[in-house]
Amino acid sequence: MQRAKAGDLDAFDALTTRHERRVYSLAMRMLRQEQDAEDVTQQTFLSVVEHLDRFRGESSFTTWLLRIATHAALKIIRKRKGLDVVSLEEATEPTDHSDTIPHPEFIADWRQSPEQLVETREIQRLLDEALARLDEKHRVVFLLRDVEGLSIKETAEALGLSESNTKMRLLRARLQLREQLTKTLGDPATQLVRSHNHQH
Amino acid sequence: MKCEELLKMLNEYVDGTVDPAICEEFEKHMAGCNPCRVVVDNIRKTITLYKNGQPYELPVAFRSKLHATLREKWKAKHPVK
Repeated sequence: MQRAKAGDLDAFDALTTRHERRVYSLAMRMLRQEQDAEDVTQQTFLSVVEHLDRFRGESSFTTWLLRIATHAALKIIRKRKGLDVVSLEEATEPTDHSDTIPHPEFIADWRQSPEQLVETREIQRLLDEALARLDEKHRVVFLLRDVEGLSIKETAEALGLSESNTKMRLLRARLQLREQLTKTLGDPATQLVRSHNHQH
Repeated sequence: MKCEELLKMLNEYVDGTVDPAICEEFEKHMAGCNPCRVVVDNIRKTITLYKNGQPYELPVAFRSKLHATLREKWKAKHPVK
């Protein structure tokens, strides 16, 4: 990265190659549309061309890159919804008024382990469909934290949220994805009913 | 610990950042509550599946165009002296 910052084109090319799949994958999972994901990817790396020499190294380069890609994707989602494209700070809706945690409804052991499931052809489609059903403000937190491996602090900073808001959105995302996936992957023979007054 | 309280601490338990005393309460609850045990197991598997998912490959034509565009912009920003 230091060579790229110094103006070395080959080093910049290598930097792009190292990160492009990650940026494109994030954009595809947010937007589910190839053209939009391509636009986000191009915008993101054009930002790198413009700003790499000013990169102060306060957050890691990856966090910075994913922040740019995330904001570009959220901007497209708001445009799709016909909402005004407002400032980036407002676009991530810092105030989350929903305090309720979704209660697990369908509870069952899965028939196969994750190691077995990744071998199946259907699994990618299933994962993508479950992700698409999430509200984008929950989807983006899950993608940054659980898929990209950013910490809660880095995720919160990337989105301009408080850590507690980030954690709540992550919890909602995880529970909703679990619910969706378990309906297909769960073994109905092991289905359980949760007692709402259960205490130990 | 009630099921409701366990749900609220789910993130911290699954991520291994929960206080040891609460962790013990958590595990005591799950030992006697099958639904909560299964939900926690489901969540762990959900995260594993997504974390180990395949990245999307850039379409070949797009990748070529992207790199060509970036190289041009880079050269314009960093002219060879």
